[in-house]
Amino acid sequence: MLERVQSERTISDRAMIEIRDVTRSYGAFKALDNASLVIREGEFFSLLGPSGCGKTTLLRMIAGFDTPTSGSIAVDGQPMDGIPANRRPTNMVFQSYAIFPHLNVEQNVAYGLKRLKLQSGEEKRRVEEALAQVSLTGLGKRRATELSGGQRQRVALARALVMRPKVLLLDEPLSALDKKLREQMQVELRRLQQAVGITFVLVTHDQYEALAMSDRIAVMFGGRIAQVASPKEIYQRPVNRQVADFLGGMNFVKAEIVEENGASLVVDTLGFGRVRTDKPKTFVRHGGAATLGIRPERLRVLWDNATAKFEVAGKVVERHYFGEITHLIVEIPGLEKPLSVTETNDFGADDIPVGAPIRLAYDPEALVAMAD
Amino acid sequence: MTAAAEGSPPLRMARARRSPLLQSEAVQGIALISPTFLYALILLVLPILVVIAHSFWTQDYLTIDHTFTLENYRIALTEPIYRDLLWRSLYISLTVSLLTVLLAYPIAYFISFHGGRQKSLWLFLITIPFWTSYLLRVMSWKVILGYNGVLNSGLMGLGIIDEPSTALLYNSSAVIITLTHAWATFAILPIFVSLEKVDRTLVEAATDLGDGPLRSFLRVTLPLSAPGVISAALIVMIPTVGDYVTPKLVGGKDGVMIANAIQAQFGKASNWPLGAALSVTTMVIVSLMAGAAVLVIRALQRLAR
Amino acid sequence: MTAIRRYLPSWLSSYAALYILFLYLPVIFLPIFSINTAATPKFPLSGVTLHWYQELPRTPALIDATWNSLVVGASAAILSTVFGILAARSITRYRYPGRRTVNGLIMAPLVLPEVIVAISMLLVMLQLGLSLSLFTVVLGHVLVCIPYSMTVLTSGFEGFDRSLEEASADLGESAFGTFRRVTLPMVAPAIVSSLLVCFTISLDEFIIAFFLTGTEATLPIYIWGQLRFAAKLPGVLALGTLLLAASFVLMTVAEILRRRAARRTQNEGGLYA
Repeated sequence: MLERVQSERTISDRAMIEIRDVTRSYGAFKALDNASLVIREGEFFSLLGPSGCGKTTLLRMIAGFDTPTSGSIAVDGQPMDGIPANRRPTNMVFQSYAIFPHLNVEQNVAYGLKRLKLQSGEEKRRVEEALAQVSLTGLGKRRATELSGGQRQRVALARALVMRPKVLLLDEPLSALDKKLREQMQVELRRLQQAVGITFVLVTHDQYEALAMSDRIAVMFGGRIAQVASPKEIYQRPVNRQVADFLGGMNFVKAEIVEENGASLVVDTLGFGRVRTDKPKTFVRHGGAATLGIRPERLRVLWDNATAKFEVAGKVVERHYFGEITHLIVEIPGLEKPLSVTETNDFGADDIPVGAPIRLAYDPEALVAMAD
Repeated sequence: MTAAAEGSPPLRMARARRSPLLQSEAVQGIALISPTFLYALILLVLPILVVIAHSFWTQDYLTIDHTFTLENYRIALTEPIYRDLLWRSLYISLTVSLLTVLLAYPIAYFISFHGGRQKSLWLFLITIPFWTSYLLRVMSWKVILGYNGVLNSGLMGLGIIDEPSTALLYNSSAVIITLTHAWATFAILPIFVSLEKVDRTLVEAATDLGDGPLRSFLRVTLPLSAPGVISAALIVMIPTVGDYVTPKLVGGKDGVMIANAIQAQFGKASNWPLGAALSVTTMVIVSLMAGAAVLVIRALQRLAR
Repeated sequence: MTAIRRYLPSWLSSYAALYILFLYLPVIFLPIFSINTAATPKFPLSGVTLHWYQELPRTPALIDATWNSLVVGASAAILSTVFGILAARSITRYRYPGRRTVNGLIMAPLVLPEVIVAISMLLVMLQLGLSLSLFTVVLGHVLVCIPYSMTVLTSGFEGFDRSLEEASADLGESAFGTFRRVTLPMVAPAIVSSLLVCFTISLDEFIIAFFLTGTEATLPIYIWGQLRFAAKLPGVLALGTLLLAASFVLMTVAEILRRRAARRTQNEGGLYA
């Protein structure tokens, strides 16, 4: 469904945020290490990574709450050096929402407008409009302290959107919500972004959140940007083991490089034989060894006498039931580590006995080479 | 790390820009606190330094002789009158802090562990009398303990004594009672705070491991609340040693303390250097005593395990 | 053991009740004897009268002392709260080396013998050639009030979600505007509470005023002077009762405000709730 919505808007090629060689150090510690990134106009962009990876530092530098130790940040073509947070064309939804507790919902939303000295009718109209955008119409007189977590989040959104920023920054906005509300808000946030067409930059440590909402994702580790790509590419073609691991389960298979040319790689593996695969852009060869990865759901159980062009055979050593799917651990002769396989339960994967022989089908396209 | 050694142009620029950034937080904080800090420096530290300086000088009528001498300390430590006053002050402040802590602990424990929802109400009830004038509280003890006071007339009314007792007022016991009452709240609060910090599951763990309520209290709660007991003892001991009002109002001849002598040197007797030496001596000795008290409590805390 | 478990709370609560009695009883005698017709405070009361209260406004020295106390109290409250705001803000908001030491020094008057604090200031003021007056009393009171002001204000400032100020800046507000529209309204109750606490302390403070005043008396000094005369006792008791009532009311209001401030600055909902 999201695929359909995504195709409705085309993102321009114009850069909205340009981050050039930005480093932020605290003494010897580098919170952000020489990061460069271009975020396009109208894009829903996510900064994804574990805590301490520098994603929040980067977001706060775009907002103006932190200053790069070196490097530069430009928003909409304007260099941001020395421009304080209150004069930047960005607005932020804070992780704690930072709803002013001494003001009611309306006053919170109108907070930034007060400085613009609008005519009173205009201000009122814009507040109403913003509240309607986040489905809070009629709650304007509520005190901030009387709101639920989800409502506070919407107020924070309305308060930022009412400023009509060029960029909306969201710092882990969904992390304080429970699972169900979080999933609902993911859909709503995406819809909202499509409706207003503003560039959104989201910071999150939740890979599903990033995958579900973003046009593009930057995955970060230890102050460095590891990969910038669309959700699909990040998931299917992670550049290294760290990225692959962070975005869900991945089986790693040792491989030996037979042939390397411009865009592709031919490798030999023990379980999967000789495989030709796309070479990742950032691939750096260290001797003759490489790593291949395959996602657990890209391995399919072959039932009865069914055959496939590409298959491996082994033995089930563990079975874990997860409701709609079953997780199998399969030992393959020749592979040093058993493979993880997730199979839907439509055909009775939950009934496969531990110890049973099993054959798995795969698409060689799903085997991706990556840096260690 | 290695990149820094290379000293490439962008990195050098980075360093130049970083240092004010790193400092700005500290600089703002220090700038903000400096007026208050300077005030305390000028009206507390400087005066105390001046007192210390005076204690090494001598006074000849109205002029101060700035030659260095230890004569004042010799007088302060050897003259029987000052020695007795010092001993009595130390004895009284030690007794008072011991009493207040002993009396306060159960209350703090009760509020912390059994206060329930009324916790803040209990605390409020206990702090309110403290906010009333100290002078007035001491005065009310005079009313209670006096020759024609409440206690005497009450005891006579009950037929327990035939004529008013003079033993109640104007002695060091009266001073101790009054000070214990006056400093009660000061002892409760730190103990309460440290008891609040005791993780309740630790007590449950001790019970789970076979300790009865008394044992788990002695082995877990009490040692963990030792910091509160220490600060309660210090917070009472140090100020009470220099109390002036209480001995003056209810102490009589037998209850005079060192502060009264100090005041006399700055007043009638007009010997500032001696008064200064007495002040410094008092502070040094009470600090030593406080340090000893801390060591004793820590030792007891270790014993409890 | 089980006996201890069963009876301990009830023992403790009776002890607590007795303790509260011990705390309040002495104080309660002041109002009781202030309406006694006889000058000596003893039971049974010889009769009930409001005579001693009616006498109070007819004593010029007392009127002067009251006025002096109000002036000193108000000045000390305002000054120490200003110092307290700066220091509490610095302590709760910034990290820097020496922070704890500076804080310890500012809080020191709380645990030093007042007499020693008073005479040291007296020495310096005399050396500086300052003539003793209500102004020197204010200087002294500010020093002893700052620790209390700090305590009240830090509890109000602490837990103040820093992102509230960032949110304000993010929405276009200047540093001053942020202070006026967000910070100040949030901490106003704590500030008023600090003013009340400092005023009360100054109103009741005796030692420092005793040493640092010139010829002008504050209320506690006036009371001190009256205590020498047994016949004046009922008047002192009446005055004391009024002072007690004033302290009680002021502190209750201060406490309510302090709680409100603490509650307000806590970030409800959100991650740190």
